[in-house]
Amino acid sequence: MSAEIAIPYNDTERPDTGLYNAKLGVWLFLASEVMLFGALFSSYILLRVASDRWEHGADILNVPLATLNTVVLIASSVTMVLSWAALKAHNFARYRRCMGLTFLAGVIFLIVKYIEYSGKLGHGLVPATSTFMAIYFTMTGLHALHVIGGMIVNGYLLGPGAKMWQTEPRRFTNRVEVAGLYWHFVDLVWIFLFPTLYLLPGKGM
Amino acid sequence: MSHHTHEHGGHGGHELSFIRKYIFSTDHKVIGIQYGITSLVFLFIGFCLVMLMRWQLAYPGQPFPWEWVNKWLGEARMPGGVMAPEFYNQLGAMHGTIMIFLGVVPLAVGAFGNYLVPLQVGAQDMAFPKLNMSSYWVYLVGGLVMLFSFFVPGGAAQSGWTSYSPLANVTVPGGETFMSRLLTGQSLWLVGMVFLITSSLLGSINIICTIVQLRAEGLTWMRLPFFCWAQLITSFLLLLAFPPLEAAGIMQLMDRVAGTSFFIPSGLVVSGKELVASGGGSALLWQHLFWFLAHPEVYVLILPALGIVAEIIANNTRKPLWGYKSMVYSAIFLGFMSFIVWAHHMFLTGMGTTINAFFQTTTMIISVPSIIILTALMLSLWGGSIRFTVPMLFALAFLPMFGIGGLTGLPLGLATSDIHLHDTYYVIGHFHYVVAPGTLFALFAGIYYWFPKVTGRRMNDTLGKIHFWISLVAMNGVFFPMFIQGMAGVSRRLYDGGLTYLHAQDVLILNKVMSHSAWLLGAAQLVFIINFFWSIWAGKRVENDNPWEATTLEWATPTPPPHGNFEKIPVVYRGPYEYSPAGARRDFLPQHVPQEA
Repeated sequence: MSAEIAIPYNDTERPDTGLYNAKLGVWLFLASEVMLFGALFSSYILLRVASDRWEHGADILNVPLATLNTVVLIASSVTMVLSWAALKAHNFARYRRCMGLTFLAGVIFLIVKYIEYSGKLGHGLVPATSTFMAIYFTMTGLHALHVIGGMIVNGYLLGPGAKMWQTEPRRFTNRVEVAGLYWHFVDLVWIFLFPTLYLLPGKGM
Repeated sequence: MSHHTHEHGGHGGHELSFIRKYIFSTDHKVIGIQYGITSLVFLFIGFCLVMLMRWQLAYPGQPFPWEWVNKWLGEARMPGGVMAPEFYNQLGAMHGTIMIFLGVVPLAVGAFGNYLVPLQVGAQDMAFPKLNMSSYWVYLVGGLVMLFSFFVPGGAAQSGWTSYSPLANVTVPGGETFMSRLLTGQSLWLVGMVFLITSSLLGSINIICTIVQLRAEGLTWMRLPFFCWAQLITSFLLLLAFPPLEAAGIMQLMDRVAGTSFFIPSGLVVSGKELVASGGGSALLWQHLFWFLAHPEVYVLILPALGIVAEIIANNTRKPLWGYKSMVYSAIFLGFMSFIVWAHHMFLTGMGTTINAFFQTTTMIISVPSIIILTALMLSLWGGSIRFTVPMLFALAFLPMFGIGGLTGLPLGLATSDIHLHDTYYVIGHFHYVVAPGTLFALFAGIYYWFPKVTGRRMNDTLGKIHFWISLVAMNGVFFPMFIQGMAGVSRRLYDGGLTYLHAQDVLILNKVMSHSAWLLGAAQLVFIINFFWSIWAGKRVENDNPWEATTLEWATPTPPPHGNFEKIPVVYRGPYEYSPAGARRDFLPQHVPQEA
């Protein structure tokens, strides 16, 4: 764009708020995400309390695969932080390695998720089977969409978006930080989803 | 104050292409205008839907007199010129949806918020210009999906703007395939809503960041114009209240296209047959999630209106707002409280008296800050030298109209009286008083008030006054009889307006009063439309950049403001409403002017 307006506090912090714009923006976005998943968790509670039968997740879902995915996502959060720290230390090569690992973790997560899903669908366990399966597919599906969204951002920062490191290193570092905040949130949602769906006992079965 | 006699064509740097400048623009003012025009078109469409419905209500079973309309709508919708009941339901559901989500909110927040917030805080643009552009385009897609839903088999959504389950789950479910289920009115309504929610999410993040991060030097929180406070709180409501509806929408969409039973209880019987579904869902869950959005939504509709009215009243009384700080604190408290009153829409669902007692208490509490704000605005008139300009007329009419709307809500907020009034025309009268002669009047006031800044020309005064007076009479003609009908027990959403009900016979004549008032109101809006377009090209040019002699920063820009807004980044020296200050030469002291000698 020509005639671009220089927006202040794009890469520096505003003194009285202590934030640069995108950081405030992403925190607000995450607040709304909390409300989105909060509504789904609340629905889970209300539906579970109101119903007289509820499956025990471990009986029909694959706990080992989900455990593997939990480990993968937590590891990817660590590599995400390391990639940001690498930029702070002006080590672009290490940034690429760490960000690449984060992206790879996302791919592994989705492959495992795909194996899980096809296993369920293959056994005729579809969303219409029961309320439990409905909420399982809805919540994990929405979470998987969030993982894909994060991978698009990370992939951009790894590929074409990385050019910004040459021109505006400070702003690029901020972008990685903001993407990281989102990625940690996606990780955190999974940490709540895992025990809620896979581990909680059922009732009336 | 600066006077600019030269022309302000284009902007710094080199010219952008037409598409970049007017279609895919990242300039908050262009985006604001895009939002404004689009939402006005949607308001007009939504109004046309209800004008059509009002024929069926006033003259049930009689063919619509305009043959070309019947022909255009087709035999399926208007068999023999008489409205089909299914089509009546579609019009009702889509009138509400279009007016609220595609008309009023995008106009109040998308248009006014986008155009004015950066100007009033002294910024060159929004914090995230590209996000701002995408928020408009996502909104437009959502709107087009809604309009498209009229043309799929079975027509648009039929379950009211509230889309209550399980009714919304089982109405026109579609066939066996995924696509045939997706391409039904209700499913497309849900898809459209997801787009609209995404759009308002992007917009609200932008407005909050702009106000928090881009305020000009010296613009402390208590120097912020009340309009900006209103937009800030509104944005927080949009940010936090909309996602639960998105969750609910996803679940209802799953129910409709994937066969789940989130909102379908076990053993539901539809048309005499038990519905094949896994069951175990909760119809009440939809209502909770829906109203968790839709009650804050009420304040999303009213807060920007209060903000606009506050600006116009201060400017046209030539004195500071009375109780600015109380208004700000009240608005913050209002925003917070609006999250814990939602179930007062659900007294009849059998939640139990304990929960009813909680929600009617919070409802009574939330009426306090609204009344403080309204009282402060009324007291602001006291002792002012009032200029009866067209924007001021609308702003003045807003006060009693919003007052009627608010006060008639109290009996609805108490479970005992709500049991009689629930789902009657009384409710329709109540919220229309808030939104139509309330919010819409404030939005009209805002259009007349800021038109000179946007276009450099004033709107025609005489046409404006004709528009105002006819609208005021017609609005009351439409909505006041609804209270009478409602108290007589006439239910909303009756296809024949109560013709077949014994208890409605005495008040049936009011249907004709309301319908003719509605059509008169429609005619008055033609005056506005003519005035709007005529004034863009031929209105009287403004004599300077600050034709209303106002104090806030948007009037410190050239007219119309160029890309980048200000010729010199302003510094703020004082509060927003320094009208008639003691010892000053003129009766106003703009925020950006250092103390005069």
